[in-house]
Amino acid sequence: MILPLLIFIPLLGGLLCWQVERMSRAAPRWIALLSMLLVTALGVQLVLQGDYSLATATGGGAHWQSEYRLHWIPALGISFHLGIDGLSLLMVLLTGGLGVAAILCSWREIQKNVGFFYLNLLWNLGGVIGVFLALDMFLFFFFWEVMLVPMYFLIALWGHNAPDGKGRIHAANKFFIFTQASGLLLLIAIVALVLIAAHQNGVISFDYDVLRHTRMSPNVEYLVMLGFFIAFAVKMPVLPFHSWLPDAHAQAPTAGSVDLAGILLKTAAYGLLRFALPIFPHASQEFAPVAMWLGVTGIFYGAVLACAQTDIKRLVAYTSISHMGFVLVGIYSGNMIALQGVVIQMLAHGISAGGLFILCGEIYERLHTRDLRQMGGLWSRMTWLPAFALFFAAASLGLPGTGNFVGEFLILLGAFKVVPVVATVATGALILAAVYSLLLVQKAFFGPSRSEEALEGLNLRERGIMLVLVVSLLVLGVYPQPVLDLSEAIMFYTQHWYAVPVLK
Amino acid sequence: MSTQLTLQNILALSPIIVTSFTAVFVMLAIAIKRNHFWNATVAVLGLNIALLSLWWVSQNVGMQHVTELFVVDRYACFYMAVILVASLACLTMSHAYMEKHSGNREEMYLLLVLSTVGALVLACSCHMASFFIGMEILSVPLFGLAAYSFQRSRSLEAGIKYLVLSATSTAFLLFGMALLYAQTGSLSFAGVQASLAGLPVMPQLAWAGCALLFVALAFKLSFVPFHLWTPDVYEGAPAPVTAFLATVSKTAVLVAFLRLLHSMPVMNSGPMHDLMLVIAGLSIIVGNWLALTQSNVKRLLGYSSIAHFGYLMIAVVAGTRMRDPAIAIYLVTYVITSLAAFGVLVLASSPYQGADADGLHNFRGLFWKRPYLAAVMTVAMLSLAGIPMTAGFIGKFHLVVVGVTSSFWWLLAALVVGSAMGLYYYLRVMVTLFLLEPGVRRFDAPLNWGRTTGGAMLLLMAVLMLLVGIYPQPLMQVVVAATMM
Repeated sequence: MILPLLIFIPLLGGLLCWQVERMSRAAPRWIALLSMLLVTALGVQLVLQGDYSLATATGGGAHWQSEYRLHWIPALGISFHLGIDGLSLLMVLLTGGLGVAAILCSWREIQKNVGFFYLNLLWNLGGVIGVFLALDMFLFFFFWEVMLVPMYFLIALWGHNAPDGKGRIHAANKFFIFTQASGLLLLIAIVALVLIAAHQNGVISFDYDVLRHTRMSPNVEYLVMLGFFIAFAVKMPVLPFHSWLPDAHAQAPTAGSVDLAGILLKTAAYGLLRFALPIFPHASQEFAPVAMWLGVTGIFYGAVLACAQTDIKRLVAYTSISHMGFVLVGIYSGNMIALQGVVIQMLAHGISAGGLFILCGEIYERLHTRDLRQMGGLWSRMTWLPAFALFFAAASLGLPGTGNFVGEFLILLGAFKVVPVVATVATGALILAAVYSLLLVQKAFFGPSRSEEALEGLNLRERGIMLVLVVSLLVLGVYPQPVLDLSEAIMFYTQHWYAVPVLK
Repeated sequence: MSTQLTLQNILALSPIIVTSFTAVFVMLAIAIKRNHFWNATVAVLGLNIALLSLWWVSQNVGMQHVTELFVVDRYACFYMAVILVASLACLTMSHAYMEKHSGNREEMYLLLVLSTVGALVLACSCHMASFFIGMEILSVPLFGLAAYSFQRSRSLEAGIKYLVLSATSTAFLLFGMALLYAQTGSLSFAGVQASLAGLPVMPQLAWAGCALLFVALAFKLSFVPFHLWTPDVYEGAPAPVTAFLATVSKTAVLVAFLRLLHSMPVMNSGPMHDLMLVIAGLSIIVGNWLALTQSNVKRLLGYSSIAHFGYLMIAVVAGTRMRDPAIAIYLVTYVITSLAAFGVLVLASSPYQGADADGLHNFRGLFWKRPYLAAVMTVAMLSLAGIPMTAGFIGKFHLVVVGVTSSFWWLLAALVVGSAMGLYYYLRVMVTLFLLEPGVRRFDAPLNWGRTTGGAMLLLMAVLMLLVGIYPQPLMQVVVAATMM
């Protein structure tokens, strides 16, 4: 019963936020905060109550810790089918945690139409949780698309008009059209897959556990897999489909950026792990070299472009492209160690990018600019913030002790066993990561100061968010074992299905 | 098939008969006393009785052929219901719209009801004669309707354009029928098919007949390249009439077209099949393309309707089992969504202020003044764009299923590209509703709109859009049962 609650609490909370705005401007904030805290608490309860270890997972079959099924459209074999395992649970926890951070960081930034803002934010988070829990392909697609509309509003209505950009509406449109059009490809691929499976089984069904056993001829499998891959690649974003991301980030409000970088991008990686690899093992293996090289290109491309940015948020956005490249390499290398690394990397990148975007928002609130050329010498002008920024920049470059290091290290280690060349080349990008991270810190916080006037330091709320994020990143970096235990079973089977495709 | 008319036959036709009588009663009511509310009530009551009789027919009277001209089967009943409900919605809209009209307002209802009779006839027709008659009864009142607020030159222009278009289309239709008759010696759909199916090679004359028939329908359904009239008429006609054109008229013509394809599969074979595929693709791409830069919401909806009927053609040309349910679902979702979108437009404008409030700028910041009205428009736009949780997605989903089953990969590619383009302009309308800039012109939809009948209709459509989008199972069950005899 917890699973539908995880989705419906944010949805209901959002509606409530919208309606209580009439009473008081503060009420929506508290309601939003409470709903996301509740979601996180439910997630923690699931961790405590479930058993996610590999030992107890039964061989090869479904091993959902908890399931929920309701008839929805029986005529087409569609049901409201939710399920949770280690991977989805970790993603839900990430969503809950970053959701709380996003709500807190927009506490002061958002002053107009607060209720409607939190309606959108919470519906977006609810949609994302739905994506992580859905085990019915129709339901998955449903949530996949539903989470986009609120994001569109977040960017279009509360975004900034960056001085040299084309405006927030342009960015929002671009984001929506890219993701929506690729979503239609996904829909066509899903329908094709379902029809093939229906032809084989004689019964039409959109259920994940049924579709996973579909037999396809190599060409068909490859084509359908491409439909899935492109949709996920746009969202991730993988190199040729990435151009919406920097624009969207540059114009989005802080909470939108946190949401986008921390959570939305992860849905794509999750989709690849959950659907693309297990359903299309042969085609994915055939496609793996292409995907991995796309990943490597993305790593370098993102890193190089990040170095050249003057807008601090665009800089962080490009680093996201770079980091998600590692995730792509890790996924397609299909090695157990690399896959576990992917999980850590997803969490660590979510937290570190989220932290950086929150800091960007705070700088903007104080300086009213995001242009790195207008900054400099901030270290002497404000307390707390530069130190936190230094920490997150260090995390972003993969400093040992932070989760990012563990993630990247495991990915490269695992990938090296399978594809040494790719892994070796990708390692080179770590130098670039150091370059852009230090450039960010140097340009913003050191060097000559533009003015001597002191700026307001971080207040208690802001310090609180930052401290929690810092601590979780450190825990992830120093003692990642609990997380690895959680995802071990599902990663083992993903790796197994992918590496040793059952003769279907 | 007997040519004798039995009591059973007459009972089966009762929805059409009731609607015809409604037209007479509305005329008499106007003659007795010109009163806007009372005349409108007569029309609404009549259509409601027609709806009741339809329900009674579908429950108690067997499905049957009525002479050679009509067939009353589950398919006809289902679409007659759709047509009647959409007409009722248009009537309530007109009531809200005509409140402030300076000239004679009452004839509007007479014409709308008459036109509805034509639509009902089309839904039941299985013979060239009834097909033609239905088409004309549907179209002729529409000339008057499109030009109803003739003080505005735009409206007059729309009326004349629609007249010319209809005349052209009728000419094609008659010529096509004549050619088919010359070849086969039969005017009933089944008769033409039987005669043509027996031939080893399809004669040229028959191809020409089929093609001309298709062109006539393509005019009415505004497929590219027969779409040129659409934006002008959509823009010029009073908003409720545009709604009627977009929903009732198009549904009726499409329903008749489907029956034609069903009874005469030769229409959908060989070169005709290819022609329809090309026209579907063209309509999707061109319709969306032209809508991109429109700043008038009615024109935009006009172009988008071209694209939507292009999408619909994907299912129409398919020969799979899923075809008819998919079309029915798509049509229903499209009708609901269009009614909602036009409903917002109507409640936002009245001819008394001059032009309709159909410029994009009229909608600027609507959300912050009339949140529910704007929320309905938002859902309608999302539904037109086919976003999940709204009815439009369920429709599009079914089309994709049919397209994939029939392996129409090129059309599906057009669907993806077209939808991406579509998003751009739907989003533009949608985001305009939420933009607030200082000094923007106050928008003057009446405050109590939710309590008027038009408002109630609008809220009903909004609820339906969401309901069908979230729980489509009941609609799907109804639709699967609506089969042709």
